[in-house]
Amino acid sequence: MNILTPPRPGLECLAVWRRNALVWRRVMTTSLLFHFAEPLLYLLGIGYGLGRFVGELDGMPYFTFLASGFIAWSAMNVASMESMWSVYTRMVPQQTYEGILATPTKVDDIVFGELLWCGTKSLMSGTAILAVAALLGAVSNWDALLVVPVVFLTGICFAAPGLIVTAYATSYDHFSFYLTLVMTPMFILCGVFYPVASLPDTAQFFVQLLPLTHAVEIIRPIVVGQPITDLGFHLAALVGFGLVTTWIATVLFRRRLIN
Amino acid sequence: MVAVADLSFDIQPQSCFGLLGPNGAGKTTTLRMLLGQSPRSGGVLEVFGQDINHGRRAIRQRTGVVPQADNLDPDFTVRENLAMYGSYFRLDPKVMDERIPTLLDMVELAPRANDRISTLSGGMKRRLTLARALVNDPQLLVLDEPTTGLDPQARHMIWSLIHQMKRSGKTILLTTHYMEEAERLCDDVIVIDEGSLLAKGSPSELIETFCESTVLEIRGDVKEIRIQSLPANWRTEEAGESLYIYADDSQALEDFSKELIGMLCLHRRAMLEDVFLRLTGRALRG
Repeated sequence: MNILTPPRPGLECLAVWRRNALVWRRVMTTSLLFHFAEPLLYLLGIGYGLGRFVGELDGMPYFTFLASGFIAWSAMNVASMESMWSVYTRMVPQQTYEGILATPTKVDDIVFGELLWCGTKSLMSGTAILAVAALLGAVSNWDALLVVPVVFLTGICFAAPGLIVTAYATSYDHFSFYLTLVMTPMFILCGVFYPVASLPDTAQFFVQLLPLTHAVEIIRPIVVGQPITDLGFHLAALVGFGLVTTWIATVLFRRRLIN
Repeated sequence: MVAVADLSFDIQPQSCFGLLGPNGAGKTTTLRMLLGQSPRSGGVLEVFGQDINHGRRAIRQRTGVVPQADNLDPDFTVRENLAMYGSYFRLDPKVMDERIPTLLDMVELAPRANDRISTLSGGMKRRLTLARALVNDPQLLVLDEPTTGLDPQARHMIWSLIHQMKRSGKTILLTTHYMEEAERLCDDVIVIDEGSLLAKGSPSELIETFCESTVLEIRGDVKEIRIQSLPANWRTEEAGESLYIYADDSQALEDFSKELIGMLCLHRRAMLEDVFLRLTGRALRG
């Protein structure tokens, strides 16, 4: 098999996913608490605090605008953290993959199992924020639940670049670069806090190149119950980014794990 | 970097095959290539008659591995480690439910079934790793230095388990630094260094081919012994304060040792370790 061949995951990837799910089950209470507490703090603090001055934005209360942006951001954030810190822990200090690779489960299965798991964590976090937003009265339409699969997909698309970073990592410090240089700019620029349209034209062009922008453009209308403009374009941009980075991540993991 | 360059060997089914060599000789690389966990630039590598690149999945299904470094899953208990490992083989959970208690009994870890990995001793971890390598009831068992760092009790237990595996018809491939271990367990061994083959055969064949039958180890003021005056067919080797004399004539060595006053003498039969040191030299390795 050539190292550059497209990923060929088998059903074994579900065993990798299941492994992570079973570990998570032990820390479920703390994890869920964290998933609920953090967005609650952000939404109450920024949403209500700042929202009083902002009023309405894009035809919705600022609180709702922010909550829907946070769902997209958290899909990226949770998947990135998991695909970097947690995957590195399993790969290097715990040598979990080394053990797995002595079985019929292969590198591609590990990569896809991890991607699915990262997507699952994004899904849990996104759903938690949606629930908090609904409890606080920011979201009231049941159609908003359609966002759950989208958040899962978004998580996977952001887990893949995280895996690329991990494939090169030699220590946990490595991840700070990605966090500061890639994730933080997206958090600030991609429409989580304000509409991208309010940026200068040149800046808008560059922001279109960032995948979080497209995730926000899809997720926000679903949450607030508005029609999605240019759904095909945003979905293609997001999924295209996810596919390319998944392929690269698989190749890099083959190189890292088969040595 | 080339780790293994010129190496060719066959392993007989249902035998125990030892891969011996000093540190950095290429033992682990050879095993990893065999398992498809290290890339190879050329050559033929077949397991169960199938090329490892094409039959990877089928080969894995029938192979069990005990790696050199423990990589048990610290997030799970003893029992869960076995169940989890079975899931990577996609084994039927019902089969696993039956197999796991048997395996735990075999490695004497049944009382620790619900304990976390971090609470186990080194020997227990090794035993669990061995049990884990057996979850798929493999035909081929690959053991990379299975007893390194273990106390004699744990080592003897691993040895008896390996014997048991051999009796049950499994083929065993093992690497080790302990020549006593290789002599006890292996039907055939190969000695490699710098990625190439130095010798192959059964331990007794190798001793016969590469070494005189008895050895006299002398410790003390060995500089006083005039090596030139010894019989020509005696081979000597000096290492620090020790002198080793290798000869086939056991009686003559015995008589010679009685003449040595104030020195510590050990007269013994030649062992695989003597062959190993002769083939690979006494120089220390990284």
